[in-house]
Amino acid sequence: MSLSHPLSYTEPASLSEKTPEANLVPLSPMPTDRLERVWAWGMASSAMGYVYRPTTVEGIREVFALARERALCIGMRGAGRSYGDASLSAEHISLDLTRMTRILDWNPQTGLITVEPGVSIRQIWQYTIEDGWWPPVVSGTMFPTLGGAAAMNIHGKNNFKVGPIGSHIRQFEILLPTGELKACSREENSDLFHAAIGGFGMLGCFTSLTLQLKKVYSGLLNVTPVSVGNFTEMFRVFEERMEMADYLVGWVDCFGKGEGLGRGLIHQANYLRAGEDPQPAQTLRVENQELPDTFLGIFPKSIMWMLMKPFANNLGMKTVNFAKYHLSKRHSGHSIRQSHAGFAFLLDYVPNWKWAYKPGGLIQYQSFIPAAHAEEVFRAQLTLAQERGLVPYLGVFKRHRTDPFLMTHAVDGYSLALDFKVTAKNRQRLWNLAADMDKLVVAAGGRFYFAKDSTLRPESLTQYLQEERVQKFLALKRQCDPDNLLQTNLYRRLFTSE
Amino acid sequence: MSKVWQQAIIVGASSGIGAELAKQIAATGCKVALVARRENELRQLADGINQGSGQPLAFAYPHDVTCYEDVPGLFQQITRDLGGLDLIIYASGVMPRVEPNEYAFEKDHRMIEVNVLGAVAWLNEAAQRFERGGAGTLVGISSVAGDRGRRGSPVYGASKAFLNTYLESLRNRIARTGAAVVTVKPGPIDTPMTKGLDKMPFMIPAELAARQILAAARSRKNTAYVPGKWRAIMFIVRSIPSFIFKKMNF
Repeated sequence: MSLSHPLSYTEPASLSEKTPEANLVPLSPMPTDRLERVWAWGMASSAMGYVYRPTTVEGIREVFALARERALCIGMRGAGRSYGDASLSAEHISLDLTRMTRILDWNPQTGLITVEPGVSIRQIWQYTIEDGWWPPVVSGTMFPTLGGAAAMNIHGKNNFKVGPIGSHIRQFEILLPTGELKACSREENSDLFHAAIGGFGMLGCFTSLTLQLKKVYSGLLNVTPVSVGNFTEMFRVFEERMEMADYLVGWVDCFGKGEGLGRGLIHQANYLRAGEDPQPAQTLRVENQELPDTFLGIFPKSIMWMLMKPFANNLGMKTVNFAKYHLSKRHSGHSIRQSHAGFAFLLDYVPNWKWAYKPGGLIQYQSFIPAAHAEEVFRAQLTLAQERGLVPYLGVFKRHRTDPFLMTHAVDGYSLALDFKVTAKNRQRLWNLAADMDKLVVAAGGRFYFAKDSTLRPESLTQYLQEERVQKFLALKRQCDPDNLLQTNLYRRLFTSE
Repeated sequence: MSKVWQQAIIVGASSGIGAELAKQIAATGCKVALVARRENELRQLADGINQGSGQPLAFAYPHDVTCYEDVPGLFQQITRDLGGLDLIIYASGVMPRVEPNEYAFEKDHRMIEVNVLGAVAWLNEAAQRFERGGAGTLVGISSVAGDRGRRGSPVYGASKAFLNTYLESLRNRIARTGAAVVTVKPGPIDTPMTKGLDKMPFMIPAELAARQILAAARSRKNTAYVPGKWRAIMFIVRSIPSFIFKKMNF
């Protein structure tokens, strides 16, 4: 814990020192009505912070000035969809950008859209789809803001094909804590461009972003489910279909053991070519993209999480996963047509499904492993989790490729995302399991993703990112943010030796 | 004792029950801010805790609880230094010796300042925060002396009666959000405060009292007597009608 001036880069107090001196001249207090509890999306952690929600660039400047005046740090937050502590700013300022929601420019000829950082992916696709454009990269939920998506450099089920969202951002403007507003693109301030995308909000605040959308000729995708009996088949089908698929995603039944380890269901999706859809104007209508209001035509979506709650335990989830896997075999190989939103935003089918994980919440553990070692690492991770009685309730498998961003999480290989239920009792064991799984990842040259992370430790960070990359990033941070104004709980956990 | 809290503030930590509470809370691995007037005692206590635990868990904040205007800033400073707050214990209190026929406004004034106003200054901050955050445990160290107006200590007893009612009100304000407010009513405890006073019944050591206080805080009790037998005793004492009570030398 650092009792030094919070804005300095100095090392925190070590044990060899005496009890750290507290600042004995209290600073003027912050207004208590700004104090709010801010949650990690997975609800396994939260922090109290002073929340400011500016609506203009001038407003962001004012928050920067306030932080400087009160010797406070700022953690930026978009929709708060990061699973862990990436948008938490305990006891400091939380700069919430969700009120900066203006679409600044849209060109339906070129598919270039310029937005403020608080504009959500949902806002973008709903604004553009009727002109025949779809965001080139989307997450499993439509609620993240574009600012947050850029800061985390999110990927979708098409990462192997089109890279992360950063690869489709043409340019952005970023307000640095120094007060400078910088325009960045691949040509201009290219270093900052490649570091701020994926820079988890540590270099500055995006004030506008320009995204190149993808032309689509139908509101529908061709979707083919393929049931696979284990990891070997899962990898084989991915390798076979990578060339021809636009999207590929695998669901893993993490309760599968032995021969069935890594069994699951792959969904391949492809865009329709021009002319394939006889009524594109119809299928591209926003209302034809909306997710269903009810589940099985009976249960209102809003109460679904309550119906899920009785199953959010080992026995319940084992049953659900088992049933899903075996039922899925019947549909294997039968293509259907599904809307973009229906295919992309699986996580939005049941609003607040995470509440089924109350009261302890959930964490997601996602690691990215080079193709040559991926199968062996994922087998080892899942086996380890099963041996310890900490079986993930959901596993999601994806293919990735490398990209030019400094802090990227992607590798030429695969990722496995595992959802773990957190309870007061299993918390420590879960964190220990994560630490052991980290070792497998680091040894295989793998990577981690800040949007998902809750458990990583500083030593693993330098191992996987390597000292040189970390230093390069921190050097750039010192340039953009000489007072170290921008800090989140995640940054303090991983980049300072607290 | 397992780790229930991550970050705690003890106001009145330099000696007596407060110091014991600090040691026992830190022993669970919880970070603890020590607030009290006497800087030397405070630093010694913090150093002792940190050396014993091998990690920096205790932090000293010299502060006079009657400097009310410093409280909001210092409170925020501490929560920032600790990285959060889930437990606060107000253990500051003074009980100067008052003779049965003595009416010393100076002493009374001091008791009201430390036992009452200091408590309000600190616990208002904490209650507000816990209410907004929907979590947290707030503990006030009151006394069995607050249950009845005894002839021996009019203002001490009244200051603790104030605390009882004040804490009950806080509980009724914030418990519904998920926070807990615990009123602790110790009988005589062997501490510097009771040294030199006349012999008192059922005296227990501060170490034991602290353990029972933390147990009550962990189980989020509304009111805890320390030790527990005082609940029965005070029930009887409260039941004595005034026409008898006023004739007693109790």
